[in-house]
Amino acid sequence: MSSGEGPAVRPGTATFESSASIDRAGPLVAARLALLRDLRLAFRQRGQLVQPLAFFAMVILLFPLAVSPELARLREMAPGVLWVAALLASLLALEFLFRDDAHDGTLEQYALSGHSLTWLLFAKISAHWLLTGLPLALMAPLAGLSLGVPPQALPAIVGSVAVGTAALSLIGSIGAALTLGVKRSGALLSLLTVPLSLPVLIFGARATQLAISGGPLLAPLELLGALAVLGVTLAPLAAAAAVRISLE
Amino acid sequence: MPAQTLEVKNLQLWRGERHVLRGVEFALDCGACLEVAGANGAGKTTLLRAICGLAYPEEGEVLWKGEDVRRNLPAFHSSLTYLGHEPPLKADLSARENLRYWVGVRRRVDADSLDAALERVGAQRWSDRLVRTLSAGQRRRVTLAGLALLAVPLWLLDEPTTHLDADGQQLVGSLIGEQLGRGGMVVAAVHHALPIALRDSRRLELPL
Amino acid sequence: MSWAWFHRLASPPYVYALARRLTPWFAWPAALAIVGGLWGGLVLAPPDYQQGDGFRIIYVHAPSAWMSLMVYTTMAVAAAVGLIWRIKIAHAVAASCAPIGASFTFAALVTGALWGEPMWGTYWQWDPRLTSELILLFLYLGYMGLRAALEDTTRADRASALLAVVGVVNVPIIHYSVTWWNSLHQAPSVMRLGRPTMPASMLVPLLLMLLGFTLYFVAVLLVRLRAEVLSRERAASWVREALSA
Repeated sequence: MSSGEGPAVRPGTATFESSASIDRAGPLVAARLALLRDLRLAFRQRGQLVQPLAFFAMVILLFPLAVSPELARLREMAPGVLWVAALLASLLALEFLFRDDAHDGTLEQYALSGHSLTWLLFAKISAHWLLTGLPLALMAPLAGLSLGVPPQALPAIVGSVAVGTAALSLIGSIGAALTLGVKRSGALLSLLTVPLSLPVLIFGARATQLAISGGPLLAPLELLGALAVLGVTLAPLAAAAAVRISLE
Repeated sequence: MPAQTLEVKNLQLWRGERHVLRGVEFALDCGACLEVAGANGAGKTTLLRAICGLAYPEEGEVLWKGEDVRRNLPAFHSSLTYLGHEPPLKADLSARENLRYWVGVRRRVDADSLDAALERVGAQRWSDRLVRTLSAGQRRRVTLAGLALLAVPLWLLDEPTTHLDADGQQLVGSLIGEQLGRGGMVVAAVHHALPIALRDSRRLELPL
Repeated sequence: MSWAWFHRLASPPYVYALARRLTPWFAWPAALAIVGGLWGGLVLAPPDYQQGDGFRIIYVHAPSAWMSLMVYTTMAVAAAVGLIWRIKIAHAVAASCAPIGASFTFAALVTGALWGEPMWGTYWQWDPRLTSELILLFLYLGYMGLRAALEDTTRADRASALLAVVGVVNVPIIHYSVTWWNSLHQAPSVMRLGRPTMPASMLVPLLLMLLGFTLYFVAVLLVRLRAEVLSRERAASWVREALSA
């Protein structure tokens, strides 16, 4: 270890002098950048975005083939089939919520950014929903029509699937964060997420059923909304704790 | 204003049954650099992660400006940058875009500063190529640009010269030198020595 | 002082020795209570006016179901203690609880199915209680699966602890939604007895069984805890001494 010449440290430099005025980014700016980065990355890997949607369509396709092509029978099962397919497609999509960021160290940088990790994860989960849940919600009417759902029920289906997939993204983020870095975690992730997602499935399917039969769907929709709100407040917190545990 | 010092006291950390950190202790003042040396598995990375709060020591404490960092981790994190083995870059973004997001989450950075930083590390020519197409050495240079832009007092670097050619290693040296000249601090985990001659550089050997 | 006792409780060799001493104090009363409860329930209690003798399986089913939930709560509390205060022995307790709770859940499901068969002709009904038990089984399996998938013990402890806490918060939500779902479809429930209130001759054996199961749980937990502690501390010197003694 050679001593001698080197840049002189000014005597009496008791503090750090930063060049120019450093403008710290506030939490809103940070969240916006986190969201935008995920959106931009997703568009660079467009193929990956299509997978959950294709999976959703395939699951829907299974039922007419395996059960019966009669629209009357399909209409009876439509709420359940739609929601099971949406749940399975969401599970598939969950795998890439944190996977890349955990692998290349960007998640670690979020944890060390000085911002609330909960808040940054909320931004990531929101981006994830925009990329997977929202497209599913927009595709759901097509799936519904193929299962004999009457057109007047379609808006309610879009709305309930949109809210339901948001809740699923939130709930699923916890399991995804807990299984960071675990190889072939798909089955484990499903095992962790499905029991917690059952209320969403129950209320969502019920709301869809009432939309088809023309009944009052306010109750299950409200419950679904309540779950989403609960998810928004608690899930990112739990996911942040899980991420920190995984980074330890 | 409390003196800007980093103190590490009696850090003990177990990884399962292995006693990885066995009472690590040091104090670092402004303008000082600490080289943490040791064989593979001696705990250099663990020490860096324990300092910045990613790893949780069973005993001991880390003090920043005299205060336990656990009392206010976000404030401590705002004062440091940690660079691990792998550069925290997204393969599907360009070098410039990466910096915009990575640095931008922490501080406002305009296009001019970005350009200047990229110029400094010699990355201007290929700054708009996707990181996926860059070599390991080029990626390392991009992270050095980010390091310079973040302008924080404390740098925790895990083997900063990996993948860099002689030119790149000189770059690391001069960046660290400037950081120390500003009154900043550097803790660097190294295999050999840092390629710089510093008057206030100390060495901490971690036993296996 | 009192804190010294608490600190000793976090010491593995102390817990190892203490668990050994305490086990008989739970095991024998458990055996007595269970024998007493079975005698009272299978022999002494009169047959139910609606279900005849078939209802007697409640003496195993109800305590199993109750325990499955109680053990999950215990597991979650231990996990939370370990997570918040970083007390490793609490994680060992949680890890020891999981297989016991899963077994109780499985027992509740099997006895529920056995109960249903003579009453309704099918081995399975999607009534809210059985469905909730099945979901609880998956919560247990998820907990154990996560533990198994994570190699680093500390990470496995903390990750599964977080999962247990999240799970316990969700259990009431899940139960409510399953009950709500069930009420919509009016599926038959196997779990009702003929009378609105239970007479003492039926209730007392049931409570005895519940007490017995609880004591049994603690006894088995203590045994598992000792094994868990040994496994975690296998490199420590006190283990060698304890095992050679």
